[in-house]
Parts: sequence; C-alpha cells; structure tokens
Amino acid sequence: MCIGDMAKSKKRRPVFFNLAQIQMPVGALTSITHRVTGILLALGIPFSVYLLDLSLQGPQGYAQVIAWFDKFAFRVAAIVLVWALAHHLLAGIRHLLGDIDIGSELPAARRSAWIVNLGGVAVALLAAGVLL
Amino acid sequence: MRKAVTGLRAWLVQRISAVYMLLFILLLLFHFFLDPPHAYLAWHGWMKNPGVSVATFVFFSALLLHAWVGVRDVVMDYVHPLALRVSALVLLGFSLMAIAAWVVRILLTEYG
Repeated sequence: MCIGDMAKSKKRRPVFFNLAQIQMPVGALTSITHRVTGILLALGIPFSVYLLDLSLQGPQGYAQVIAWFDKFAFRVAAIVLVWALAHHLLAGIRHLLGDIDIGSELPAARRSAWIVNLGGVAVALLAAGVLL
Repeated sequence: MRKAVTGLRAWLVQRISAVYMLLFILLLLFHFFLDPPHAYLAWHGWMKNPGVSVATFVFFSALLLHAWVGVRDVVMDYVHPLALRVSALVLLGFSLMAIAAWVVRILLTEYG
C-alpha cells in the first residue's frame, strides 16, 4: 500500500517534511540510502549490459571497454556504482537477517546500520584506491 | 499490469533473487580475483562456457525481476496521479523487457 492510500483510508495525519529538522536516526539513513542506491543501480543496468555486449563483440570491442576505464569521469561513475552496490548488498543482507529475527533489537539494529553505512563507504574507498 | 508479482510473492521474489545475485557476485569476484581475464580470447571463452552463460542468464533474470519489484515500489510511493503512475510502470516494464531481450541476444550470439 502506498502512503497516499494510507492517508486516505485513515484520518488525516500531520505531515512534516522539513528535512533540516527531521530526526534522521542511523537506521533511517541506511534505509533511504538502500532505496537511492537501488535506483542508481537500476539506472546502471543498461550501461552495464552495453559494456558486456561491447566487450564480447571482438578484440576491438574488448579494447574499447578497457579504454573507457581510462576516462576519469568513467572511473568516478564506476566508483559511485561500486559504492551503491556495496551499500545495497550490505543493507540487503541486514534485511535478510532481520527477516529471520537476527539483530532486531534496537542496539544491534543501530550497530548493523552503522556497519552497513560505513562498509559501503569502505568498499568505495577500496575501489577508488584501485581505480584512481 | 498483471498482479503476478505483488504482496507476499513480490516479497519472496525480492529475497530469492537477492540471494542468488549475492552468491553469483561473490563467485564472480572470487573467480576474477584468482584468474583475471588478460585478453579478449580468455574473456570471450569464459563467457561462452555453457555453465557461465546459463548462470549469467539466471543472474540477469533475477536482476530484472528484482529491479521490477524495487522500482515499482518506489514509483507507487512517489507517483500518485493514476495516469502518470500507469505510464511510469508501463515504461519501466517495457524497458526491463527490452533489456531482457538484449541480454538473451548477447548470450546467444556467436561472436567472432
């Protein structure tokens, strides 16, 4: 059910979307970033499929894909996608563990949220170290 | 849109596809860490291996289903006017199907 339907089916609730004042606990940050990285990764699918296609079209296409990695902007985009994938994967694993009731207590949930957020950044830094 | 992937089923699809993709990515990383392809022939030969092709096909099936469920959830949360919402979902559905056809063509074409 979407938020709009819920608002209609129940009584009007106060809406407060001032992002500067909204409390953003670490788990909320993990959650919204899970969503944002999902969209980023979905947008990355056609580009990845294009590169896969090109890389298999012959030695020339393969060389073209390698040449893409020489471009600075392409490397930055690759690092952003690696961060998105790492965060999305880690947040997904956290979700799966939550499904089987592991780490549902608040302190554990906070800790795992920190691990996901920092883990994603750590993998991105690793990728930056390799690519830049 | 058909109701095949909604509710509990969507929840399950999301998790099963996620676990498969996780295993596939880990195996891929492991393989390329041990044995990175140094040239076109090695890369092409590896990708044309039937086991790798089939596993890659399953991976993209899982990925596109996962993207359908995930992006559809986002669209339903933020796009409320019905016409706009239906258009967005139709566009999403056709895009994902086009990508699926593209992947099948890549995996089946006999490149030189």
